[in-house]
Amino acid sequence: MLRRSVLGLTAAGALAAVLPFTAPAMAQYPDRPLTIIVPWGAGGGTDATARIIGSVLEKELGQPVNVVNRTGGSGVVGHSAIAEAEPDGYTLGIATVEIGMMHWQGLTDLTWENYTPLALMNEDPAGVQVAADSEYDTIEALLDAIEAGEPSTFRASGTGQGGIWHLAIAGMLNDRGIDPAKVPWVPSEGAAPGLQDLVAGGVNIVPCSLVEARALIDAGRVKSLAIMSSSRADLFPDVPTLEEAVGSDWQIGAWRGIVGPSGLPEDVATRLTEALEAVYNSEEYASFMQGQGFGVRWAAGQEFADFMAQSNTALGDTMKAVGLAQ
Amino acid sequence: MNAILAAFELVFTWDVMLTLVSAALFGLLVGAVPGLTATMATALLVPLTFFMDPIPAVGAMVTCAAMAIFAGDIPGALLRIPGTPASAAYVDEAYAMTKRGEAETVLGACVLFSAIGGLFGTAVLIFAAPALAEVALKFSSQEYFWMALLGLTCAAFIGASSPVRGLVSLLIGLLISTVGLNNPAGVPRFTFGSTEMLAGIDFIPAMIGLFAVSEVFRTIAAGAPPWDTVQTRVGNIFRNWGGMVRTYWRQQLRGNVLGTAIGAIPGAGADVAAYVSYAVSRRFSKTPEKFGTGHVEGIIESTSANNSSLSSAWVPALVFGIPGDTITAIVIGVLYVKGINPGPTLFLFNPQTIYAVFLIFILANLLMIPLGWLVIKFAKHLLRTPRQVLMPIILVFCIVGAFASNNAAYGIILMLAFGVLGFFMEENQIPIAPCILGIVIGPILERNFVTTMIKADGSFIAFFDRPIAAGLGLFVLAIWLSMLVSAIRNRRRGDLDEALS
Repeated sequence: MLRRSVLGLTAAGALAAVLPFTAPAMAQYPDRPLTIIVPWGAGGGTDATARIIGSVLEKELGQPVNVVNRTGGSGVVGHSAIAEAEPDGYTLGIATVEIGMMHWQGLTDLTWENYTPLALMNEDPAGVQVAADSEYDTIEALLDAIEAGEPSTFRASGTGQGGIWHLAIAGMLNDRGIDPAKVPWVPSEGAAPGLQDLVAGGVNIVPCSLVEARALIDAGRVKSLAIMSSSRADLFPDVPTLEEAVGSDWQIGAWRGIVGPSGLPEDVATRLTEALEAVYNSEEYASFMQGQGFGVRWAAGQEFADFMAQSNTALGDTMKAVGLAQ
Repeated sequence: MNAILAAFELVFTWDVMLTLVSAALFGLLVGAVPGLTATMATALLVPLTFFMDPIPAVGAMVTCAAMAIFAGDIPGALLRIPGTPASAAYVDEAYAMTKRGEAETVLGACVLFSAIGGLFGTAVLIFAAPALAEVALKFSSQEYFWMALLGLTCAAFIGASSPVRGLVSLLIGLLISTVGLNNPAGVPRFTFGSTEMLAGIDFIPAMIGLFAVSEVFRTIAAGAPPWDTVQTRVGNIFRNWGGMVRTYWRQQLRGNVLGTAIGAIPGAGADVAAYVSYAVSRRFSKTPEKFGTGHVEGIIESTSANNSSLSSAWVPALVFGIPGDTITAIVIGVLYVKGINPGPTLFLFNPQTIYAVFLIFILANLLMIPLGWLVIKFAKHLLRTPRQVLMPIILVFCIVGAFASNNAAYGIILMLAFGVLGFFMEENQIPIAPCILGIVIGPILERNFVTTMIKADGSFIAFFDRPIAAGLGLFVLAIWLSMLVSAIRNRRRGDLDEALS
């Protein structure tokens, strides 16, 4: 199968080269296999989301859809590959929240404006998790303790330095008028090692999404105190939103959406958006996302573009406020 | 008991059996192609599992991963191309045996001890999963730091015939591991402004380059001579089994125990298990001088270890939903989709499901023997092929594997660069295996060192202030001390000999 996808890529490359001469064939778009680039590793949540989208999209478009991983550089490599692809509708990608973060750190010049937005497919809000044996049972008690305590009394982990969950807690503290530096960030390779360290007693708070903490919450090792979203999660109806608990309107989450390189022909973008809407409304997609515990959120075209613009500004403001932006 | 019977009914149906055999063949194929890993094989199965029932879905992934890890030994032994990093620790040894005409012995050992290792790990998983998971959960960055240091110590000093050369190789690997953005502070290092370099040096193209491409270069440089020992056929792989089990049962058991222990800790996987076991085997061997010349003892111990660690990686995954390695990370996602949520409740509320999964583990490891035999029978044709024909074919496979690791031509360039590096390292008798381990473990060591320092505000006491960390730390320091003492003693004895002569 992998060889097939490699061959598919080569074929795609060869066809892309002769494409200018076969322009009339575009009328029947798509007439050959598509590729979706995933900027994150095989086995992660983004990879799983892209693969389920790919397998349903295949039926919608009647052409094979190959999902390929281009990992590394905290997502920069894969996001660059999507932006640099031929804007012919045969190479798409799954963009993630990091597109609104990397450029503030000076890692790349890429922003959401380098893409043709097609469809937002998923969003998972951040939560506030502590160990089950922690003495803090409410977010209010925890925030009070952070405010009253010495700096470094609490440490948090769950992603790399300047990653989305790092911003989540920094933004939450900033919003409450607490210096974010009072809770030092311990970088980790994602939520799972961070949660492991939470249970092992190495850190005190892991502000990752609730779905990532799900197994340990179910196992009674971790408790979630709040969700940084406008509404409670279906999976954990007992966890209050920040707004309900402490009256803070700070909201943040990791999102994933399908994009193409900028300059995608309008008819192609329309065809793809229609197909993606059918995927989003399909039984397979809904049951898969529900099974994994992933949140779903839909936005297409201009609405998705506005969403990315807004996410970009909010992240940038937070990163500047906590000194992560360059 | 009823649950066990129910589990048998779930597993022994035609469609489950058919799924297992197909997944096994797929895993063998992917694992045997250099550069394609067990993780990739499992990830490629994910879309297919959407259309399967829970038991065949999980069964397919378990079987496929176990086969792929074993199959990685085949190109390693026959062509000196480790199929997976877990095979890299002993690939030189295995290839040396093939060159001596003992391919059947080494491949037979790989099949047999992989299967036994897998079964041992499964037994531990069945009987001790909840208890072991408790211990594994106590590991924080301090403990991981010592584990990583233990792995590196093994690779450089105990596993290599010349400690100084091992250290040189290890340091090359550590230097390579610093490239890119993947460090705790998220600062680009040695990237020279290249987007591709931000991703760092992926160990798959590096491994293919160091081992396989360098071998191609060397063969071509020597004018592609025929095999030293003409091996017309891979004989009966079962022939030496009885003898090997009798002679090396201690090594096998030690490999199994060590592999299971390392595998159960999230984040330390089959590759670390194989390196540490190989080093332990050499250290306690009665004939350490034979290591590296094509001696089956170390192979038995480390191939036992890598497969048993694969099974025990499921301990934290099933009990707490914490992935023990990248493969279990993928399977956990599928478990959720299929409604088999990992956690302690799985053992309470769904015993027939969990027993069915265990049963599949056992079946997968048993299937390995007949299917492994088939693949080896097929693979032996490689040894009949003239090297002028074989080497270009190997190079083609290397290029495919290096490209597929991240779907980019960058991988091919890396592979070629490392081929040249590997060629010059070997010309100067610098071993390659420590370098690979440096690339794999370097980032783990750095990350855990830095996070421990952040947590402790820079105080080194932190490395000893947790009981498990203190124990591991003293163990590592004791190994260093004993090496220092024996080095000094050897030097004194050397001086004495000189004085006497």
